[in-house]
Amino acid sequence: MDVITIEGTEYKVVAERPKSLTDTPFTYCPGCNHGTTHKIIAEVIDELGIQHRCIGIASVGCSVFSYEFFDFDFISVPHGRALAVATGAKRMRPDSVLMTYQGDGDLAAIGTAETIHACNRGERVTCIFVNNAIYGMTGGQMAPTTLLGMKTTTSPLGRDAKRIGWPMKMSEMLAPLQGAAYIARVSMHDAKHILKAKAAIKKAFRAQLEDKGFSMVEVLSNCNVNWHMTPQEGVKFIEEQMTKNFPLGVYKDVWQEEAAKQTAKEEG
Amino acid sequence: MLLEEYVFAGFGGQGIMTIGQIIAYAGMIQDFYTAWIPSYGPESRGGTANCNVVISDEIIGSPHTHHPNGVIVMNAPSFDKFEPLMAPGGVLVVNTNLSPQRSERDDLSVVYIPTADIATEVGHPVLASVAALGAFAATREVIDDANMEKGIDWALPAHHKDMLEMNLKAYHEGKKAAEAQLKAAAK
Amino acid sequence: MSDERVFMKGNHAACEGAYRAGCKAYFGYPITPQNEVTEYMSAHIWEHGGTFIQSESEVAAINMIMGASATGARAMTSSSSPGISLKQEGLSYIAMMELPMVVMNVVRCGPGLGNIAPHQGDYFQTTKGGGHGDYRLITLAPNSVQEMAQFIYDAFILADKWRNPAMVLTDGTIGQMMEPVDYASMPWMDPPDKSEWQLDEFQEGRERHVLTSIWLDPVDMAVAHEKLIDKYERLKKEEVRYDEYLTEDAEVLVVAIGSPSRVTHSAIRILRQEGLKVGLFRPITVWPFPYDAIRKYADSKRVKAILVPEMNWGQMIEDVKLAVLDKKPVHFVAKHGGLTFTPEDLTEPIRAILKNPEEPNTLWHVS
Ligand SMILES: Cc1ncc(C[n+]2csc(CCOP(=O)(O)OP(=O)(O)O)c2C)c(N)n1
Ligand code: SF4
Ligand SMILES: [Mg+2]
Repeated sequence: MDVITIEGTEYKVVAERPKSLTDTPFTYCPGCNHGTTHKIIAEVIDELGIQHRCIGIASVGCSVFSYEFFDFDFISVPHGRALAVATGAKRMRPDSVLMTYQGDGDLAAIGTAETIHACNRGERVTCIFVNNAIYGMTGGQMAPTTLLGMKTTTSPLGRDAKRIGWPMKMSEMLAPLQGAAYIARVSMHDAKHILKAKAAIKKAFRAQLEDKGFSMVEVLSNCNVNWHMTPQEGVKFIEEQMTKNFPLGVYKDVWQEEAAKQTAKEEG
Repeated sequence: MLLEEYVFAGFGGQGIMTIGQIIAYAGMIQDFYTAWIPSYGPESRGGTANCNVVISDEIIGSPHTHHPNGVIVMNAPSFDKFEPLMAPGGVLVVNTNLSPQRSERDDLSVVYIPTADIATEVGHPVLASVAALGAFAATREVIDDANMEKGIDWALPAHHKDMLEMNLKAYHEGKKAAEAQLKAAAK
Repeated sequence: MSDERVFMKGNHAACEGAYRAGCKAYFGYPITPQNEVTEYMSAHIWEHGGTFIQSESEVAAINMIMGASATGARAMTSSSSPGISLKQEGLSYIAMMELPMVVMNVVRCGPGLGNIAPHQGDYFQTTKGGGHGDYRLITLAPNSVQEMAQFIYDAFILADKWRNPAMVLTDGTIGQMMEPVDYASMPWMDPPDKSEWQLDEFQEGRERHVLTSIWLDPVDMAVAHEKLIDKYERLKKEEVRYDEYLTEDAEVLVVAIGSPSRVTHSAIRILRQEGLKVGLFRPITVWPFPYDAIRKYADSKRVKAILVPEMNWGQMIEDVKLAVLDKKPVHFVAKHGGLTFTPEDLTEPIRAILKNPEEPNTLWHVS
């Protein structure tokens, strides 16, 4: 395998540019995890061989132009409504594979109702939820997922739980809903975790393909620009701060539950 | 030009809406233009519920009837509300089981029918409104009995078709009672 | 009259019109006085191979419709005024992406929670925009149960023909009333082919389809706008629809839509018996509005005045005045709060107008 060096760090080349990406270069800020996240999603889609069955829903946030980068049918929709649009499309085209790509403002603030209800209905759609603890696109305002004490342009003294509550834990909230088939939180802070993230995303799509229910992967991600950090500092912040507030792991796994039930049956 | 404008009024749940729909449907199969509209919302909570029916041989304008020429009142508040609004020459059916008032107007044709008693005798108190409809048909001879009977059948949900015979009986008993009263009054 | 007539509520007939048009998706949220639509859809759309979801809000419903229509399906939602306000966001996106779909507003009284009685306070919202940005909804205004079915059916055809959202604007009276309906004019149909642009699972070997409403470069945005403007101009030329009753010799022209047009019909009959020459002009498309057809009456020597009755404080009258251009007095009869017109509410002003035709524009407040 090839090894390349970016800003002093060595990376193994795991794969070439996936087919499910267009040739359009990413327009995200340098070092931003949005690009890497796109790339692993595209790889998963290639590996599953579902590129030409995918319909993408671009939400409103830094990823508003994600349809420029993914190479399959796409629709760009109002802020927060991605999962409602995905619902309508999936109901009409059950053989299509629906993916929403949403930020924390989109999914956990303005779109909370749509998110919870799509999950609770067990919509056969896959949601990629990029949690960067901030509103990237609009210039660094507080998000529902902003950590306590974190300074943003609308929490200039740092997030204060007394005034505005605590970082919202979407994976923990959605996992108990019976419509959820697969809910996991992953992180983009190093190569090892990126590989884990990819595996989780693959499982999420499998949940949809196997008609199991709603699937979401919460991706802890950086926003160096609005965090006012270098990419290295940002990655470190994810590893040390974000994961402390947002523990990584699988919160719902329908296959595991089914296997447990099966074992219980066999034993009892 | 034929322009029949009815108000059927009573408590919610007395079957008032349904008998309005029955006569409007019967009007349709008799090749008239017909319209039915319920009072809905706060007005139909508690107190009185009512529906308007218009039957005409020409296209119907307003579906609302402000000065009806045919009225059924199934309870006392409905009598107080609608009897004064009636057009001269109109017909009024009063359910005496729940509305003890007497009309003092001499420009109306009024029958006083104990519809609940008739219904109970026929087999079930819920048939009171159908008995009232029968009485109404006796006073206002616009829709044929055969079409009314089809209307009663149409309004019965599939799982209540066993009630058809009883409904038809209530209709005809109500009609008989009104005819007897009209005959006596004519003498 | 055909023997095929069935006796139904307006709100139910609208659903039947939708089924016949090939509607395969209905998503909605309960609100009076249109609950019958949501309920009827939940029970029957399955029989026609369609899907129903009671959404968590009107916001979600309109976005689900966006998704369904993006895949090429015929889809509709419905609500009443407060819920239609919530759908405005979605409608704006749908209009810019040129997604065909149908939305019905069974208007109730506002502003705020108002009440559930019939009203016409949403005329401006519907015909002058509603959501953000410059867009238009093709809007049909039925005044009978027959038209509830027919106009939903027609709205699907128009929406697909023009790739534009279409609205059926009606009121509580028309939604709640029962009348005979004849479906002979609504043969069962399938939607037209939309494979040119729809999102689907058969993408191998074709250009991918992208639906979007964002063009950051103002020059590009202007180009996108011009496509819409051009479409709207053609719509204004080709799709104006209206209905007339005894207008050939009318000296007073009443312009009305929805349930007030029904009451106008009754009032005209009374006045004609008195020998008074009154006619009804009823816009069927309130967007595009029949300006030219009304202007002809304003130009006619015979017509002395125009009267507009509305269940609001005066909305459609502004379009009528744009058509009349001060050539004739335009009188207004207002009934609002959820009160409905009686024929007398109209006969009295019309008699007064005919007695004194030189009287300038008058507001007749009859509530
Ligand atoms: C109705 C509406 N309100 C506000 C906005 C402005 N807006 C655009 S993106 C955004 C926040 C995006 O944050 P997030 O979803 O976290 O995505 P990120 O940019 O961080 O990836 C906001 C508030 C909008 N487009 N629409
Ligand atoms: S603003 Fe933040 S989230 Fe957006 S592209 Fe830049 S670094 Fe990424
Ligand atoms: Mg964010």
